[in-house]
Amino acid sequence: MATQHSKSIARVMMAPAVILLLGWMLVPLVMTLFFSFKKYLPLRGGDLGWVGFDNYVRFVSSSAFWPAVATTLIIVGGVLVITVLLGIALALLLDQPIWGQGVVRILVIAPFFVMPTVSGLVWKNMFMDPVNGFFAHLWRFFGAEPIQWLSQASLPSVVMIVSWQWLPFATLILLTAIQSLDTEQLEAAEMDGARPVGRFWFIILPHLARAITVVILIQTIFLLSIFAEIFVTTAGAFGTKTLTYLIFQRVLESQNVGLGSAGGVYAIILANIVAVFLLRIVGKNLDA
Amino acid sequence: MARAATTRQKTITSVIAWTVAIIIFFPILWILVLSFKSEGDAISTPLQVLTSAWTFESYAVVQDRSDYFKHFSNSVIIAVGSTLLGILVAVPAAWSMAFVPSKRTRGILMWMLSTKMLPAVGVLYPIYLLFIELGILDSRLGLVIVLMLINLPIIVWMLYTYFREIPVEILEAARMDGAGMRAELLYVLTPMAVPGIASTILLNVILAWNEAFWTLNLTAAKAAPLTAFIASYSSPEGLFFAKLSAASVMAIAPILVMGWFSQKQLVRGLTFGAVK
Amino acid sequence: MKQIQLKQVSKSFGDLQVIPPLDLDIEDGEFVVFVGPSGCGKSTLLRLIAGLEDVTSGQVVINGEDATAIPPARRGLAMVFQSYALYPHMSVRKNIAFPLRMAGLDRSEQERRVEEAAKVLNLTEYLERRPGQLSGGQRQRVAIGRAIVREPRAFLFDEPLSNLDAALRVGMRLEISELHKRLSTTMIYVTHDQVEAMTMADKIVVLQNGVIEQVGSPLELYRSPQNTFVASFIGSPRMNLLHGAEAAAHSSHTIGIRPEHIAISDNSGDWEGVVGLSEHLGSDTFFHINCPAFAEPLTVRASGELDLSYGSTVFLTPDLAHLHRFDERGLRLR
Repeated sequence: MATQHSKSIARVMMAPAVILLLGWMLVPLVMTLFFSFKKYLPLRGGDLGWVGFDNYVRFVSSSAFWPAVATTLIIVGGVLVITVLLGIALALLLDQPIWGQGVVRILVIAPFFVMPTVSGLVWKNMFMDPVNGFFAHLWRFFGAEPIQWLSQASLPSVVMIVSWQWLPFATLILLTAIQSLDTEQLEAAEMDGARPVGRFWFIILPHLARAITVVILIQTIFLLSIFAEIFVTTAGAFGTKTLTYLIFQRVLESQNVGLGSAGGVYAIILANIVAVFLLRIVGKNLDA
Repeated sequence: MARAATTRQKTITSVIAWTVAIIIFFPILWILVLSFKSEGDAISTPLQVLTSAWTFESYAVVQDRSDYFKHFSNSVIIAVGSTLLGILVAVPAAWSMAFVPSKRTRGILMWMLSTKMLPAVGVLYPIYLLFIELGILDSRLGLVIVLMLINLPIIVWMLYTYFREIPVEILEAARMDGAGMRAELLYVLTPMAVPGIASTILLNVILAWNEAFWTLNLTAAKAAPLTAFIASYSSPEGLFFAKLSAASVMAIAPILVMGWFSQKQLVRGLTFGAVK
Repeated sequence: MKQIQLKQVSKSFGDLQVIPPLDLDIEDGEFVVFVGPSGCGKSTLLRLIAGLEDVTSGQVVINGEDATAIPPARRGLAMVFQSYALYPHMSVRKNIAFPLRMAGLDRSEQERRVEEAAKVLNLTEYLERRPGQLSGGQRQRVAIGRAIVREPRAFLFDEPLSNLDAALRVGMRLEISELHKRLSTTMIYVTHDQVEAMTMADKIVVLQNGVIEQVGSPLELYRSPQNTFVASFIGSPRMNLLHGAEAAAHSSHTIGIRPEHIAISDNSGDWEGVVGLSEHLGSDTFFHINCPAFAEPLTVRASGELDLSYGSTVFLTPDLAHLHRFDERGLRLR
């Protein structure tokens, strides 16, 4: 039925989705670009004219920029390391025969489905509050001084919260990948004399390489733009201002739209770089 | 492993697995416990918490005083509305890409996925401005539109993969049997696609319900869904652990339940086929 | 009456031409088998007749009218797919009734025809079941039932028995032949199995790389293959094709002699050889004989009673009446 008639119908059917996404992508993007070249302070005078690349320079040279980059790298990197390493371990564990495996999976997957604002506030208050939080009680039980998590160890705290949210995702993906491994390969390796560690290193891990790459790429894209967890816990204080948060503040809080827009353009470029790698893998799979 | 693990091995791994699972699940478990305590008890030491009286008072307070139901219904309307709207737009698109593919199909699909990777913060201000101009700031309609747009790539993608799994031969058989386009869609394709469509709806309602950027920045009193409502607890007065727990439990419970059923869909929908 | 005619029909996918222009006539009521190795274009040809693929050039004529532009639904043909393509969400009854429903027949007429088809195919007790609850053979029959009720001008079968196990295949082969006798409707049947072709066909069309190598009755193809491809494709085990001095002695580039047309003796004959592997089927034995005169071993059929040991010397004599001669292009020499 790949006739001319059906081809034109197909084009019509695709139109709404394509038009909507095109609009969604182009309109705000063009506007952001537009604003980035202007000095635009809605609260203090409004549109103050073109300033060329001024905003771009100022954004990068502001004192908040490099710390924000560092913060972003630490958070994204930290979460990636934790979720991938623990994810592999958990995936291997969950692949084993276990009593009540279904329930175990449900428990492990749960954090991913908790909305970020709940997760941020629950950790901040019920666990990390230095007076009444769970950790505080626990530390005191052992006679130690409770840690002021969000004010003194803010980056590790944020990393911990975000890792908790994303560990299930990594685990699920890696578990799916492990379970797609042909058991016959492992059996052949065993017949060839490989012990469990050897089998892991030479058979399982290479097979997981693709899945690990996908997890890293997808998580990076989503982690670069995490917002709510920071918003409700530290509001960017104590050195937890990521690039995304910095831009948000510039745009909505201090309402320096031009500057914030320039920052936004940087963020878009960064995300696109990661996206290119991810899409290449997706594309290869689409052909398969 | 082809051989059954010995019972001893299985017991050991089970103990380890259950321990890890409970540790990971613990925060959720803990707020469940706290939600049934009074405020005074909620801040006491864990041991005291466990042994103190159970009560529904926190739930009662949250439901009565703080417009909880309004925010809950906002969440429902926004999550379900944006997903159903997305399905409406995506089904024809996915159909044509799956069954009448052209040389550009792959490119278009990848482009759609790439729009999902656009950082929201990069287009925050324009959207904010547009919404003010159009009068849809702090409106459920506005959020339905935005969330539909950000989830559309995933909806199209998932439907595409489900449609592709329908054997072409069955559709050809329908054509040989005299079915026109309408009959083919109505009597053969849709019934076979229903499970896939249901799975897609499930995952995307979950994603929309939990979305916490646009829902925080584009809403105020009227259209705020649960994400924003909970966020308002970040600087409360007085004791609030139990209330926050109760509010949180109510906010996440429906999604937790839905999530438990949608693990496979999660892999399919969020890895864009890169992992099978 | 020529019911289906293909006139200079060709098919290309993009730049790749899979079927160069060909002509073919199919008579009313014939059982025609398209046979050939994988990728020869037989399924594509069938789908062109069905209308599931568009021809790149040429005409498909059905009952005298040009059907090239007519969609599959309106060509009056019914198809049985290799994977049966049953509707998984409908019961057997609804599956069989579907084409009748599409044709707008009223309920009672639909019921009547479904019941009748079910009786013919022994499906009456399965009418309420879903395809997922049926065995391969039963699904096969439902697919056939769905085709029968339409009372089509011709049936198209696309390798319908490939997914069945060997024993079932033999039984279904007979059932389909039976069906043909009973209905006298034209049947076009695609297979890669030359045994199916030989046992079921009135007329066989042998295809290779989209080209028709030969058309004829099974016995014609067996007795007078027009080229070496057909000669070695038809007949099991395959015809021995021999080159070299022996062939030249018969003034040809290649000679062919079937295993069943070679006499074997332990004391005298034309070609001396050494016994290699032997395959004992009980009814027959097939010996692989290595002759110094030929590069490849010869396959020889003998009675099941004959037993020769590996390595013993034998003498082979071909039956000259059944010796085939081919030139250097592989074409038959008169």
